[in-house]
Amino acid sequence: MSAPTYDLGKLHGGLRLPAHKAQSTTETVQVVPIPPQLYLPITQHVGEPAQPVVNIGDRVLKGQAIAEPDGEMGAPVHASSSGTVVGIEQWPVSGRYGDRAPCIVIDCDGKDEAMPRTAVADYRSLDPAEVLLRVLDGGIVGLGGAVFPTAQKLMQARTLETEYLILNGVECEPYISCDDSLMRERAGDILSGAQVLMHALRIDACYVVVESDKPEALQSLGEALGELGDERIVLKQVPTIYPSGGEDQLVQLVTNRQVPSGGLPTDVGCLVQNVGTAAAVHDWIVDNEPLISRITTVTGDGITNPMNVLARIGTPVGDVVEFTGGYADRAEHLFIGGPLTGKSVSTDRVPLVKATNCILAVFKSSFAGRELPCIRCGDCAAVCPVQLLPQQLFWYACADNEQKLREFGLTDCIECGCCDLVCPSHIPLTADFRIAKGRILELADEKARAERARHRFESRNERLEKERQEREAELARQKESAKEAGPAAIAEILKRKKQRSEDD
Amino acid sequence: MWTAVITIAALALIAGLALSYASRRLPPASGDLVEQVNELLPQTQCAQCGYPGCRPYAAAIVDDAATINLCPPGGEDTVRRLANLLGRPVLPLAEHVEPAVAVIDESSCIGCVHCRNACPVDAIVGAHQLMHTVIESECTGCELCVAPCPVDCISMRPLR
Amino acid sequence: MEFTRRQSPYWSARVAVPSLMLQVLAALAPAALAHVWFFGPGFIFNLLVATLFAVVGESLMMHLRGRPPEHALADYSALVTAALLAFALPSLTPWWVTATGSLFAVVVAKHLYGGLGFNIFNPAMAGYVVILIAFPMHLNLWVGPRIGDIDYEYLSVLQTLKFTLTGTLPDSLGFDAISRATPLDVMKAGLNNMKTVTEIRANPVMGDFGGRGWEWIGNFLAFGGFWLLIKKIIRWQIPAGVGAGLLIPAGIMYLIDPGTHPSPGFHLFGGATILCAFFIATDPVSAATSPKGRLIYGLGIGLIIYSIRTWGSYADGVAFAVLLMNMAVPAIDLLTRPPIVGHEQAGNSP
Repeated sequence: MSAPTYDLGKLHGGLRLPAHKAQSTTETVQVVPIPPQLYLPITQHVGEPAQPVVNIGDRVLKGQAIAEPDGEMGAPVHASSSGTVVGIEQWPVSGRYGDRAPCIVIDCDGKDEAMPRTAVADYRSLDPAEVLLRVLDGGIVGLGGAVFPTAQKLMQARTLETEYLILNGVECEPYISCDDSLMRERAGDILSGAQVLMHALRIDACYVVVESDKPEALQSLGEALGELGDERIVLKQVPTIYPSGGEDQLVQLVTNRQVPSGGLPTDVGCLVQNVGTAAAVHDWIVDNEPLISRITTVTGDGITNPMNVLARIGTPVGDVVEFTGGYADRAEHLFIGGPLTGKSVSTDRVPLVKATNCILAVFKSSFAGRELPCIRCGDCAAVCPVQLLPQQLFWYACADNEQKLREFGLTDCIECGCCDLVCPSHIPLTADFRIAKGRILELADEKARAERARHRFESRNERLEKERQEREAELARQKESAKEAGPAAIAEILKRKKQRSEDD
Repeated sequence: MWTAVITIAALALIAGLALSYASRRLPPASGDLVEQVNELLPQTQCAQCGYPGCRPYAAAIVDDAATINLCPPGGEDTVRRLANLLGRPVLPLAEHVEPAVAVIDESSCIGCVHCRNACPVDAIVGAHQLMHTVIESECTGCELCVAPCPVDCISMRPLR
Repeated sequence: MEFTRRQSPYWSARVAVPSLMLQVLAALAPAALAHVWFFGPGFIFNLLVATLFAVVGESLMMHLRGRPPEHALADYSALVTAALLAFALPSLTPWWVTATGSLFAVVVAKHLYGGLGFNIFNPAMAGYVVILIAFPMHLNLWVGPRIGDIDYEYLSVLQTLKFTLTGTLPDSLGFDAISRATPLDVMKAGLNNMKTVTEIRANPVMGDFGGRGWEWIGNFLAFGGFWLLIKKIIRWQIPAGVGAGLLIPAGIMYLIDPGTHPSPGFHLFGGATILCAFFIATDPVSAATSPKGRLIYGLGIGLIIYSIRTWGSYADGVAFAVLLMNMAVPAIDLLTRPPIVGHEQAGNSP
């Protein structure tokens, strides 16, 4: 059973950007030592926050589950090293740009004692459904940055017919090189993870996709694939264009299928997983190690020694930077993620979490000047990978026109930032669209409320009207019957009255 | 040359006067304009504008009997949208109001159904001699229920 | 360590509007020099007057709108408008004519619509049309090229300056002595008088393709235009559209009857064709935005130019063509919207 070869599809727009990756890939991945304290947010995934299952004062071991998912969408959190739980408190987190969120704080004892692990059966002997359930316990989420709980994603894919597994080693955003390092050093584990996923979902074809600016990674993966000898897995090279690494864009590029608006790649028979997620799946299912560390790129003008590091989840970002050699003199902004889609955080006390693929420190000087009016040059539409019209979206966002924003596809915007990078008027388009998306949700909500209120008001009026009519009808009926009955009835009534008064 | 200048200027002046007369006197596009205006109003049916409901206010706006800035729950957004729809100037809101919902103090409620009958959107449930309560998600904050309560057990609580 | 926060993306575009405008001016410079070489210093004076009134008009309007004038002046778009207007005018133009055009372009066609980015009509063309209709006599006063074998008088720098400021010629010279019709004028008048194209081409103002002197200006404009194309400041669809819309009908009619229809080469180098294709129609604000839309827009302009030149009463139809197609732009944009990825279910292959 060999993977069918498909010609590459075409991606509309996109940009060739300066990579800035060489500076962080000159050495192998360095291991950051265990910090004195680990801060583990209970929400490191899309969905409901996990609930802590330990108490303050408990001693925990490395790999022990310390928070369990609450509700359908979530993933467990594991202790990244052994120590004592000293707090379950609010601490700055990168997911909230430096604002606080609940975290479990562990004082590390330095022993790094692991949970006693029972032997785990070879996954190939297990039923695919069992493998899926096991994935849930490993705390694995999408490590490309989206942190969608992997188990739920796989379960969803299972209900549909999935033809292709696509491993995303594209890593198109500048500066970030953590996946590149992973592919160079652990290609075998990535492919093993792919095999686990293919077994769990009964998929017969897998594409491992890498951008052409990563020759070392391609070579490493090629060698590992040769050793593995699995014909179902095919290595594919794509041109270095941002944002080919976006999920929908990658599906289009590799299989020439368009993911329907509002839908998922599984709707067109594809499942996309980051290479880091695949390696994490291997670590858990094959080696029985839950997700407690990840490779992160530390880079930017504001970092003295850019490099890739392997750090325990929960290590404060400041500690990671210090390990690499500290900040260069003029670091003014710190981003978690890349220069186009990363999150700007207010402090480096935020911990490194499952989503932290890059720590980027930059100077202030590289920012744009004053915003000019849109000159309708159309360059933004030329580079949009979703073939939207950012120019029109901008006008309608300024006009607060919810209906037109929906019509022109605002909800399909992937916030890649390509339009910002070509706008001669330096309009902050992506930021404006983000705000507009919130606005149309708000407006839709208001409209729905007003609709409901109007409906209730009209129903009430109808009801009151009906009651009034019934009363009138009843009155009319009584009058009629009184008239018909006539004098005889009146005489009867008078007689009864007299009798009553005689009885008293 | 001067005759040309004077002639053109005079024509422009006459055209301008004619247009401004027309925009004042001739009615705007008919049809369901009242319905369109009503769509833009928040449907709280609170009567704070002075009209007994949103549709009567919409009708008054279309008839030019009311200005567009009388709806506090609609806020400045509604004034702006009405201005856009009708081609009238944007006016500052006549009165500002914080979004709020009504809350019944259940320990004081005597079950008199006065508030229930007053609510224009049936957001209060209750029966005679039995507890009343406000359905928070349906309450529009119109405040019409506060006055009828004989024991003053309804108050408005800001939404934020 | 603490940091200040910013919204992503943290990179911004390397291009900026002011530098784009300056590059357009740079692309016009060689042609401007050629203009002065062939037709005298009048162009410089026109340019100065147009620029002065454009800047004054823009500052005044920004003041009336309650905004700092630098916000508008700093993007140099007023300079480009003034330069294009200067190219459209004869070199002997009194200052009040240029001033009217420039003021109308900047005040009415640009700022009354909302300023840069909001104007529907090309400001330079709107200004030119106002002059054309209000001062038709002055726009007939074209000088001939200063090429040795064309026999006529030309004015010195000071005499040109005096004309620009006062509109009067030196006593010894009359309009007949110093002016010559443009090649397009000559062609139109000749055809109306039932002469053949060959006969008309014998006129000394005619050069190899278009008019003498004018051809060279056309060459330099084309160089500038190609440079802008290479630098991706303009896209190929509009120049190609204008070229095709004008030259294809011209070519067809020329093949059918060369005696009564001038060649495509004449159309290309005569009048403001090249200026329009690369500099006027490509004004992004008033043009269509989608690539398909731009082709249609360019084609429309070319066709209308051809129609006006062949069957209309004006010698050159560039300004009217551009303004008419400006009106069509919203419709063109509406009809050429590209499909959003993921909205077209039929595109999916199973």
